[in-house]
Order: sequence, then C-alpha cells, then structure tokens
Amino acid sequence: MKKYNFKKKSKIAEFLGEKFIAVNAYIALAAVLLIFIFIFKEALPLFYDDYVQDEVTLKKMIVKQPFAEGREAKFSWQPNSDNPRYSLLPLFIGTLKASIIAMLFAIPLGIGGAIYSSQFASKRMREFIKPAIEMLSGIPSVVLGFFALIVLASILQNLFGFTYRLNAINAGIALGIAVIPIIFTISEDALTSVPESLKDAALALGANQWQVSSTVTLPAAMPGIAAGVILGFGRAVGETMIVLMASGNAAIVSASFADSIRTFSATIASELAEVVFGSAHYAVLFFLGSLLFLFTFIINTSGDIILIKLKEKLQGGR
Amino acid sequence: MTQTTIQKPVQKDITSHFTKKSSGIIPKTITLSSVIFILAILGFILADIIYNGAGTISWDFLSLPPENGMESGGIFPAIFGTAALVLLMTVAVIPVGVMTALYLHEYRSSTSKITRIIRIAINNLASIPSIVFGLFGLGFFIGFIGGGIDSMFYDGSRPVWGQPAIIWSALTMSLLTLPVVIISTEEALRTIPQEMKDASYALGATKLQTIRKIILPQAMPGILTGAILAINRGAGEVAPIMFTGAAYYLPYLPHKLNDQFMEMGYHIFVMATQ
Repeated sequence: MKKYNFKKKSKIAEFLGEKFIAVNAYIALAAVLLIFIFIFKEALPLFYDDYVQDEVTLKKMIVKQPFAEGREAKFSWQPNSDNPRYSLLPLFIGTLKASIIAMLFAIPLGIGGAIYSSQFASKRMREFIKPAIEMLSGIPSVVLGFFALIVLASILQNLFGFTYRLNAINAGIALGIAVIPIIFTISEDALTSVPESLKDAALALGANQWQVSSTVTLPAAMPGIAAGVILGFGRAVGETMIVLMASGNAAIVSASFADSIRTFSATIASELAEVVFGSAHYAVLFFLGSLLFLFTFIINTSGDIILIKLKEKLQGGR
Repeated sequence: MTQTTIQKPVQKDITSHFTKKSSGIIPKTITLSSVIFILAILGFILADIIYNGAGTISWDFLSLPPENGMESGGIFPAIFGTAALVLLMTVAVIPVGVMTALYLHEYRSSTSKITRIIRIAINNLASIPSIVFGLFGLGFFIGFIGGGIDSMFYDGSRPVWGQPAIIWSALTMSLLTLPVVIISTEEALRTIPQEMKDASYALGATKLQTIRKIILPQAMPGILTGAILAINRGAGEVAPIMFTGAAYYLPYLPHKLNDQFMEMGYHIFVMATQ
C-alpha cells in the first residue's frame, strides 16, 4: 500500500509560515496608508514652510492673483514665470470639462451596452459582446492618447471646425472610450445578478420580457448602474496619459468646450519632471496629487458601499 | 425580434398590472445600436493601428536602437526595458499577491474585521490614479528608501539609489498591479472544493503543508491568469514610470537594478509629443 507521507510537522515552521503570510497580506493596507502619508507629507510645506509660503499659500491658489502691480487680477496657472501663480481654478475647470464630456459620451453607451447584453442578447451573442467590450479596457491609455492626438483630433476638427485641434471635446471622448468598459462591466454585473425569482414573479403576473426588464430588473439593478457611473467618473478624473496627450495642455478659464484644457493629472505629469526637489512648485504638485487621491478615495469608497449594499439586498431577496 | 412575447395573460378580464403591452422593440434597437457603436470604436482603433503600424514593423525596427536623434533606427532598447520592467514587477508582485489572497481566504474568515479592512484597502489601491502612484514612487522609493540607502551606505556626494531607476519603477508598478493578482488568485482559491482540503487535513497534513501540496498546485492556473493580467496592465501604464525610472533615450541597455531604462509606452508618448 502506498503511504502518503507528510514530513514531520514542525510547529515553529507552521507558526513562522503563518506570520510570514500575514505580514505579506498587510502590504496592500500598508501601501494605501504609505501612499496617503507620503503624498501629503510632500505637500505639507505649503502650510508651514515660510520659504514656500512666500511663493504660494492655499489662499493664493483659490483667489485671483495680480499679474503685476496695477494690472487686473486673474486666475492663472503660471508656475514658471518670475512671479509664479498657482490658481487651481483653470485646472479644476479643465478636469471638470474633460470628465463631463467623457461621462456624456460613456454613460449612454456603457449602460445601453449593458442593457442589451444582459436583457436582449442571446447567450452566444453575449459571450461575444462582453469580452469584446472589455477588450477596450485592455488598450493602454498611452495608446488611446496617441490615437486621440493623431486620429480622433483630426476627425473631430474636420467635423466641427474647431479652432484648436486639441480641446476638451477631443480629450473627453478619448477619456470616454476608456470609461465605457468600467460602466459596462459593473452595470452588466448588476443587471445579471438580479435574482430569477423576482423576474419569474413578474412573468407570472403576465408581463412580457421587456416589461420584466423595465419594471423589475432595471430598477433592482439601478444602484449597481449608479455605482458603475460613479467609479467611471473616478477613473475619468484620475486618468493621466490620455488628457496629457489629447487635451492641448493649456490652463484656460473659459466656458467653451472647444478650448484647450489642462487637468490636475496632466499638470502633475508634465511639470514634475522639471521641478526642483522641495521647491514651492514641487509642494503644489504633490498637493494636486493629494486632491486626486482624496477625490478618488471618496468616489471609490462610496461606489463600493453601494455595490456591497446592493449585493446584500439582492441576495437577501433570494 | 424572437423573444418579444413569451407569456400572454390567460384571462383578459383579470386586471393585470401589465395591461398595456410594449413590445420592447424600441429599447432593443437603441441598446443594440450602442453595442454596435462601441464595437465600431474598438474595431476602428484596432484597424487604424494595424493598418498604419503593420508596414513599419521589420526585423531591423525590432532589433536596432534608435538613431539620428530617435528619427530612424529601431525600438529594441524600449522592448528590452519593458520586458525587464515587467519581469522585475512580476517577481515582486506575484508572491505578495498570492500570499495576501491565501491569508484572506485560508487563514481568516471572510466576515472578520481585518479581512474587511484589507479588502477595502485592496479596492482603494485599485482605484488610485496611476499618476499618484508615480508621485508616491518618487516620494517614497526614490526619496525615502533610495535616499536613505545612499545616506547610510554611500558618502552621499552623488545619488546611487536615490535617483530614478528600473527597480523603483518596477516596485511602483507592482503596487499598482497588486490588486489584480490578489483578485484573480482569490477567484482560483474559491473554486477549490473544501473536501480536498479536509482530506488533506484528515491525512495529518498541517495548514502550511496543505497550502503547498494541495491548494497552490490547484490555484496555479488562476495565479497565472493574475500574472498575465498584471503584465498586461504593467506593460501599458506610463504615468507611474515617468518620474521613477523611464528615460527618453539611453545609449546602453539597463544592466543594474539602479539603471534607468527605455519603455515602449513612454517611447510612444515621447515620440508623439516632442
């Protein structure tokens, strides 16, 4: 008879093994905390360092700054001039414009695709649609940015006759392409996880397939769809390479979506390489990073809470 | 058109909640058109890249370094740098990711507080913008760790480790891809039947032995999936490596852990914008 021999047990090895695995498990947690600490730490001189505060303070980033003596005060982002100015407003407007366009583009497509794939498509069709749309998320953002810079910008300019080839609409649509798979995947998951018993009940009451979808499945999955939109928005705000390449990178305060824009993330990416370690500019860029971090943290946590609650609700109804 | 009416009301005089029948043909058409539009975008991007790119690929392009201020020649250093980056990243991220998944799945119950906290951390790690990882790599790996090593072991006259280097890029990237590895390993762990583990324990195996001989071999396909997804993500991200190690142009290939390197995604960015 073949005997399966485990080696002699060693309690010490067992104990050390568990501890070693446990230590590794805390790396993810430690990473989030360390990221939080180190991004904020580098931004802190803004709040106490006299040398840095001489050049920029939180107040100066929010209120209008004069160009020179006697000239009209303006919101401007000009960190490299003799009189550096760091107004956050132009960057905020740029980020907002790009994300609004991205969401306007991605929400109908992503949710529409999810509804078709989960409610109308045959099983074989669904097995083709789902991986194909999720393939979009496999395209590296630098490739999407390149595509937007070279191809999409020319197409849009020919269509709409923009003055500036690289503008909020161009960057927003490219961002939207990156956001579609997020909204699609999360909404699709929510729609397909609505329990059969709910749908069967509606069918038994005499509803047809679309009535079941529109009166039972969609309302039940609505929080999941909302979470998909929220998480997609978080991605749109944090995405860097696409806006860096496709937005024109001009920090302008304007209401027009046909103007060039500059976002928080693109500002960090384009300026950090040239900045002096420990200077005011350096602290401001880390401050922008902190804002991005905090924003995505809040967005992501709220999206997650919605998804967890939805899961509990749908499973409770089973 | 096939699945519009499946059930009809049996008696018409019973007042149903669903008296007015809308066949759903309009929503079906609208949602189908959005699917077609998304697939058209995907097809157009792929077709455009292949159509414009296929002609330039040749053995020389793949095997030569850039020449004439990067206007001719090939992209070999970028391919090499990307491969080296991804390899270092995989070596760093796979053990940590697998052990995290093992800990969450085998050592702790899924409802315990610590599991929840770690899970929240993983979810948040997955959603942090890649540029923030770049900032972190600069502040933590280069400034804190690298600078710390320099001041401890070197005279500090010029930076040895406290400067952009491939090891810092790889470590930054491994944090970025950690959630991917954890999640796909966990998927694999979930599919291993409890009976197999019970059988192993019944034979007298300890937890560690069960993990090594039963659980890990079974989870291997899932771990490999995680590795592939991580490589896919790591090879495509540019923002985290811009300040932590990638170089515009290097006359030599990286051969030490503290060398800078060229990378394909960064090369695309440089060539497209400079």
